[in-house]
Amino acid sequence: MSESGLIEQERYTCAIGALQSVVAIPRALPILHSGPGCGSMVLGFYERATGYAGGYTTPCTNFSEAEVVFGGVERLHSIIDNSYKVIKSDLQVVLTGCTADIVGDDVASVVGEFTERGRPLVHVETAGFKHNNYVAHSNVVNAIIDQYVDGFVLDYLPRSDRKLVNVFASLPYQDPFWKGNLREYKRLLEALGLEVNILFGPQSDGVTEWQSIPAANFNILISPWYGLPVVERLEEKYGQPWYQFPYLPIGANETRRFLEGVLAFADSLDGEQAVGLDAVRAKAFIEREEHAFYEEIDNLATFLLEFRYGLPNHVHVLHDAGYVLGLARFLLHEVGIVPKEQFIVDNTPEQHQEHVRSLLAATSEKREIPVRFDPDAGAAQDVLRNVKHRGRGLIVGSGWDKELAREKGCDFLLAAAPCPYRLVMTTNYVGLSGGLRVIEDIYATVLASYA
Amino acid sequence: MSNINLSVPAVAVREIRLNTITGFAGNASELVQQSCSGGLGERRRSFTQCLGCSTSNAACKVVLVQDGVVISHGPVGCSACLHEFAFTYRVNAPLRGIEKPTPRHVYSTNLTEDETVFGGNEKLAATIREVFERDHPAVIFIITTCASGIIGDDVEGIADEAAEELGVPVVAIFCEGFRSKVWTSGFDASYHAIARKLINPSRFEHDPATGTSKRVTRPLVNVVNFWGSDIFNPWFERFGVRANYLTPYATLESLRYSSEALASVQVCLTLGSYLGGALESEFGVPTLRAAPPYGVPATERWLRALGALLEKPEVAEQIIEEERAASLPRIAELRSQLQGTTAYVTAGAGHGHALLALLGELGIQAVGAALFHHDPLNDFDAPEADQLAARVGDYGDVPNISICNKQEFELVNVLNRVSPDLLLARHGGMTLWGAKLGIPSLLIGDEQWGMGFEGVVKYGESILEVLENDEFVTNLAKHAINPYTQWWLSQEPYRFLEVE
Repeated sequence: MSESGLIEQERYTCAIGALQSVVAIPRALPILHSGPGCGSMVLGFYERATGYAGGYTTPCTNFSEAEVVFGGVERLHSIIDNSYKVIKSDLQVVLTGCTADIVGDDVASVVGEFTERGRPLVHVETAGFKHNNYVAHSNVVNAIIDQYVDGFVLDYLPRSDRKLVNVFASLPYQDPFWKGNLREYKRLLEALGLEVNILFGPQSDGVTEWQSIPAANFNILISPWYGLPVVERLEEKYGQPWYQFPYLPIGANETRRFLEGVLAFADSLDGEQAVGLDAVRAKAFIEREEHAFYEEIDNLATFLLEFRYGLPNHVHVLHDAGYVLGLARFLLHEVGIVPKEQFIVDNTPEQHQEHVRSLLAATSEKREIPVRFDPDAGAAQDVLRNVKHRGRGLIVGSGWDKELAREKGCDFLLAAAPCPYRLVMTTNYVGLSGGLRVIEDIYATVLASYA
Repeated sequence: MSNINLSVPAVAVREIRLNTITGFAGNASELVQQSCSGGLGERRRSFTQCLGCSTSNAACKVVLVQDGVVISHGPVGCSACLHEFAFTYRVNAPLRGIEKPTPRHVYSTNLTEDETVFGGNEKLAATIREVFERDHPAVIFIITTCASGIIGDDVEGIADEAAEELGVPVVAIFCEGFRSKVWTSGFDASYHAIARKLINPSRFEHDPATGTSKRVTRPLVNVVNFWGSDIFNPWFERFGVRANYLTPYATLESLRYSSEALASVQVCLTLGSYLGGALESEFGVPTLRAAPPYGVPATERWLRALGALLEKPEVAEQIIEEERAASLPRIAELRSQLQGTTAYVTAGAGHGHALLALLGELGIQAVGAALFHHDPLNDFDAPEADQLAARVGDYGDVPNISICNKQEFELVNVLNRVSPDLLLARHGGMTLWGAKLGIPSLLIGDEQWGMGFEGVVKYGESILEVLENDEFVTNLAKHAINPYTQWWLSQEPYRFLEVE
């Protein structure tokens, strides 16, 4: 970290950026009780991120001097009330910004007036000075669980559906591949015989799916640290145990490890909670997927080994901890690109850094991969400017890193927010198909550099 | 009477300085008339959606200063969208002949809860030092945020101390989002700070011809603009002057000597009013008194005013004659092709007026407009530069003018009702609803592109193309997702606009 605590070229946004987690729930409506610019800042960071009711559709109290001086609860009341008249939605989440929190508005009592009348309205504190969006995502999810989902617990008794799991993984929009990644997790887990609440994106059934969260037998967390408070809360509330896979499973090795981990965990539940998966069918699925994957690598190996005009031999990733770990493992073992200095820019809390370090160290028995935890990506770039390795380099990062890659003569893969130089819709990077897509994307840029 | 006061750190927001409003519904002529009579009152809305932010508008004027760096003094989210300006700087650099565009440096002081309790002054001071060590920039700009404003940090004091210590200008720009519903106040905030801290005082020399002292000048005309194409130099060369583009792609040096230009022009009064006004009232650089050159009559008035100001009226006449000959026949053709077409406009104030003028010139019937705010006054006290009045005078009145700061719900309601043949927009996010309703929609981001005689032709041709290629919007309309209730779409569009 820099001495002053400054951040150059931020790769995430503040707590109110978690409004995108609401945008990602089908037919959910965020309502901002914040300064006028918070919504457009978030939209500008992610770009093409309006969804159902984000961007300029999102109602906002637009704090002015008057609300700063006299408080903004009346204004909030009127905006919520009229939101119901103007916009169709199944769930509404009030997110408060710095202004409302510094002024100290009693948002809970305004919201209470509407929930008493049966409105599905939730509120959550997302002052930008308190957290970044990685942390706030869990706060938003937990607020919805506490204030909304909990009301349906008699319809969905805790752990009443033995094959059902809740998945907490990609942060919507912060992970540029979130839609595709969540779709792939759902597909893979369903192939094992599980039923999946994926909760965000087009594969989710929206509020009805959220209502059934308590019924799940267990939870799956695919993340090194963000999202952890959600599975902890669910364990406390509904007694659901959780299985954690601490990085993105990209490619065949890690997807197998992930799916076998889920199977073993499911298998460990017994008695009334026994999941009862068909292990033979599940293993056959993994074998088949893996076979298809290695058929491609087999085809590709000649190119990787023989292409005489130059391919990258080493990689630097500037991303969140989940991606750095997942990509380092995948690129080393399944593509043959050696991870050199890695940069984790998600502000990983100190108590989780040691675990992330040990996972990165376990990537290889024979090499050490240096890693730097620092949200100040400008400083990371200064480090990169001064490192030299033999051969052609690859940088995987955000739009900010494109100019650095050019400066260093490296190949460049845009895979992190903000990503103004790339369009991503429903591409996935996780799973076996995701691994193949990463390979396609890397060598598409490499080959595009010729002629 | 000028409202410009460079002795205070923060600029007065537009609501106070120019009586700016963000709520109105009526005809263009009523808006013009009420602006002149001072009878225009603000109307609030009891339902609102997200607005823009002064801090990002302030930022766009300084992130693109070539040898500067920008520090956002606030939580990390308050600079989240500024990467877009790094993209813009890089992509548009060739338009300004920048051979080696350099990486943009955007910092956040990353204010956290501690600082909201104990103050962020120390963190800001430490950040400035660290930024200086890292980049050694020619100038450091600090933009403020809601959080730093409410906790009351002494940003001006810290900036001044740092400037003394480091020996480079450190410029505090006060642009907290909550201060104004008119996010273009952010432009004014940056200009105010630049005028206070960077622009050189005018120099005077003895003029032996008249025996009096006169302002030292260079053969330059300041152009207050964004980052659009360089359409000015081909005109200016004929007058023997060059464009000094302010403030994107400027350097510390070119900002400093803007006080030595012969004159200033603006691409848009919304954008440039304050800097034009400050250069005139505080540094003696006259601002051109004509609405920007959109449409034939406005272009001719503008060129003549420029000729008069630069004391070369004959050059203006030559240009007008040549360009008339080159473009008028094509404009007449376009007009007959576009006859009977209706269009709705959504844009910021100044550029919205420009688009309405272009529609008038092309014979397209403007059936309404949603303009983000309205400034009844400008900062150099020149009613003759009023673009909307010029539009009404040149081409007639426009019905259904709504002053509406990007309130999408109102726009959707109006578009659904008016159902124009074309939507002409200027700001991101606004064309979506045209397309969703199956209305061919055109957004030209480059505000210089539509200027002059040639600009009319280019707009006409693009409009024909958009009207012709409507398959995409026709198909999208069949599948569009609409979050708005049927109830709302059947209401009168200004239902939530309160009567004062």
